[in-house]
Amino acid sequence: MDTATQSQAAALHSSLRYKLISFLSPEHVHAASDADIVAGVKPKLVVVPGSESEVAEALRLVSDAGLTVIPRGGGTKIGWGNPPSRADIVFSTARLNEITEHAWADLTVSVGAGCTIQTLQATLAQHGQRLALDPLWPAKATVGGVLSTNDSGALRLRFGALRDLVIGATLALPDGTLASSGGKVVKNVAGYDLPKLATGAFGTLGMITRAVFRLHPLPRSTCSFSIRAKAAEEARRLIHAIQNSKLAHTALQARFENDTAPIVHVLFEGTEAGLSAQEAHLKELTETASLTVASPDIWNARQDLWSLAKPESAAVAKISVLPAEIDKSATAIAKSAKVRQLRFKTLLQATGIGFLKLEGDPANLRFSLLDLREQFESNAGSLVVLHRPAGMAPFDAWGSAGDALPLMKAIKKQLDPGNTLNPGRFVGGI
Amino acid sequence: MDAQSICIATAATNQVGNEGPIFRFVFWHSVTLAAIVGLIVMFYAYVFPQFIPNGLNFIHGWGNILPFGGLYPMDPRILQELRAIVDERGLISSPEELHTYECDGLVNFRVLPRAVLLPTSTGQVQSIVRICHRERIPFVARGSGTGLSGGATPVDKGIVISLARMNRILEVDFPNARVVVEPGVLNLDVTARIQHNEFFYAPDPSSQTVCTIGGNVAENSGGAHCLKYGFTTTHVLGLEVVLPDGTLVHLGGKTLDVPGYDLAGVFVGSEGTLGIATKIILRIVKRPECVRTLLAAFDSTNEAGAAVSGIIAAGMLPSAIEMMDNLAIQAAEAAVHANYPNCGGLLLVELDGPLAEVEALMTDVNEICRSNGAWEIRTAQSDAERALIWKGRKSAFAAMGRISSNYIVQDGVIPRTALPQVMGEIERLSQEAGLRVANVFHAGDGNLHPLVLYDRRVPGQQEAAETLSAGILELCIEAGGSITGEHGVGVDKKKMMSKMFAEPDLLTMQRVRCAFDPLQLSNPTKIFPTPRLCGEKPGEYSPHPLESSGLAERF
Repeated sequence: MDTATQSQAAALHSSLRYKLISFLSPEHVHAASDADIVAGVKPKLVVVPGSESEVAEALRLVSDAGLTVIPRGGGTKIGWGNPPSRADIVFSTARLNEITEHAWADLTVSVGAGCTIQTLQATLAQHGQRLALDPLWPAKATVGGVLSTNDSGALRLRFGALRDLVIGATLALPDGTLASSGGKVVKNVAGYDLPKLATGAFGTLGMITRAVFRLHPLPRSTCSFSIRAKAAEEARRLIHAIQNSKLAHTALQARFENDTAPIVHVLFEGTEAGLSAQEAHLKELTETASLTVASPDIWNARQDLWSLAKPESAAVAKISVLPAEIDKSATAIAKSAKVRQLRFKTLLQATGIGFLKLEGDPANLRFSLLDLREQFESNAGSLVVLHRPAGMAPFDAWGSAGDALPLMKAIKKQLDPGNTLNPGRFVGGI
Repeated sequence: MDAQSICIATAATNQVGNEGPIFRFVFWHSVTLAAIVGLIVMFYAYVFPQFIPNGLNFIHGWGNILPFGGLYPMDPRILQELRAIVDERGLISSPEELHTYECDGLVNFRVLPRAVLLPTSTGQVQSIVRICHRERIPFVARGSGTGLSGGATPVDKGIVISLARMNRILEVDFPNARVVVEPGVLNLDVTARIQHNEFFYAPDPSSQTVCTIGGNVAENSGGAHCLKYGFTTTHVLGLEVVLPDGTLVHLGGKTLDVPGYDLAGVFVGSEGTLGIATKIILRIVKRPECVRTLLAAFDSTNEAGAAVSGIIAAGMLPSAIEMMDNLAIQAAEAAVHANYPNCGGLLLVELDGPLAEVEALMTDVNEICRSNGAWEIRTAQSDAERALIWKGRKSAFAAMGRISSNYIVQDGVIPRTALPQVMGEIERLSQEAGLRVANVFHAGDGNLHPLVLYDRRVPGQQEAAETLSAGILELCIEAGGSITGEHGVGVDKKKMMSKMFAEPDLLTMQRVRCAFDPLQLSNPTKIFPTPRLCGEKPGEYSPHPLESSGLAERF
């Protein structure tokens, strides 16, 4: 590049930086550090807009300058998805953390994207309510991040995923549009359901600035049980028996790992009277022997998968299989781990959603993940890699998006024609 | 051209004696002229219909009808092509039969379609849509036509694709709790097919005995039990969809969280504007151990509303909470003799779940109702009693026919806490208009169904009723609610959309529509008050010269 073009480029960037500073004030625009690296790509600048309209305006400026944006909440899952093809400016939602309206009598809350789940839950608990969701790392994870990554835990069985809890959302688009959809009432069919479109979109269509959720009452009492199964088949049989019974369990999952008998976890919520009746029923179903009352800590098992002794030789993936094939999937995982000489630990929920940790040689990890993905996909399932070792050869995090991929690309083109937001991070290169 | 005027004319022009030839001349001349005009009209109607300017369709809904009452026909070549796709029974093109399809449950909007096609397979739907795409013919998919917002009203110069003959339940998978159906399957038939195994399909719109799953998908239908179980969108896991250009795509699937955007979530409730669903994967639910239904009589809807708030505040999630006011009770009594107490506000609460849990909570509900002034509480003692209680509620709309010759069914949502205030306002509007309003609510989620009663024969009443009905929706918007909780926007509430949403909100939704349907052929003219052509992309992207040269990497 010749000197003239070089100085032209520098002028463009400094003028953008000047524009951003002029309306966001200097303390909210700063150079990126190593802590801001996104899946190996280091951005240039971090901006922290203070309002929804500031997000929209800053997005428009950056987009007009032909640069790219990485939206960020607590940064807990910033490494999920594929590495960005470019990462210029990080947009932090840290200042969009206001809980605007907790309409407790209407069981709804309107909250800024940057509010952490823990802060939100604490506020809701003052009125005996909760967002019925148990995402990873609630102390740091934000509303916007959890929505964008569609991160739900074991409570999903009873209360549904984020798509079932979010009733309204505001999105900032790269052309500066600030668009709201949905509303603040639970039942509402006016217009397209764009909150669902933004959920799980990894910030590739627009940046979520605010969300409205439906809430649930905090349970009066809860009680957890563990059941030790002899083998994967028995674990599946137990899950099937519980699912097929008249029990009203809130969560149900099974844990499998090397050389250890599978364990099934069950959670009940309700009145004291209701719980003791359900416990009695559960005992009948499981023929007592291996049933024990468990501490609520067992529900942290999903988060524990991420406590990696050696991140450079471990991978974590989310899998989705048919609910009746939990045992088959667990067996396939165990077999693949054995063949590839890996250690594994996996958590499979009764919904068919599961999380898998594999540890061992990166090349073997890769083979095992590819092999498992092929098996799951051939049976309507999927495997999405959430963490992979830095040394692993290039590997698509997502797998197949099916025949709707062209349609997804068309939507991306409509909402983010300049490919400004999180380029290259989502399925099929979106 | 009578004899007398000819006599006068011949006298005046000095042609007396030539009356005979002149009469014959005038007569044949007129006949020839009429024949020529007729021929021209026929040519325009049947051979060159494309030359009739659109400006002539100024009378709403008359676009497909010629002045003679004949059909504004399709190009015979296209009609022939369509006929070849479906069999003889799959094509309706005679005007008498087409009248059946000119409206759905919203009867005051009527448009005669050019043709109705009844395909029997996904392949046939694809072939029809491909022709529509090639010829730029708009199409409207239709199930049973029970929708109340005009979602299935045909559009000018369009055809209707009825999915009524695609009514097979393709797969029942109990271990995975999934059922795969074609769009024409009736809602209640799904439950009928799986109930022997203690499963049911949760969304239960009041029309569930006649409405189709395809229609439910288009409208994201709710029902009384969606308070606990969620809406159609909660229970649709995957869809096979024919896009408006005829492409077949699969959205979502049998497993959860299929990689990619949640397009099934966008498609459900899009009122047929994004394509046609030809296969639907449903989630089914295990029947709870017990169901208890309680009926409580209050002096007014305000007291009943306070009881609802008490139940929610106590941390309960009943499967349904329904409310009816006195007028609605009277109508239901007259129609189905549900044996409801004659009161100002009737509450119907249903709890389900494990027996011990439900029994414990039912005691609480009883106590909350009493403390809020309920003077009579009944608990259904048998399935038959429970069915009767629900029959009164579910037939409430139709029952209005017993107490009023005409009525408008409205559908709006408010935050539940705004109920007393909004009820007071509705009462005020009703008195101002001099019209009665009966109220039926899904009280648990704040979904109001006010029924505005009027008599079409009284001049001005219909207009007054329409104004009142629209006024109620404005109340809902002011209270922070929605213009529709389950009936959809369709053609009926397009204008209200711009009161509920700002322009950028609506434009963003239309950008999504453009990704699915750039030519706007699939149920156009619905939902959006001001349609936008997909060509007009605001801020069309062109890469910055520096970016193209790869320089923008430097900062």
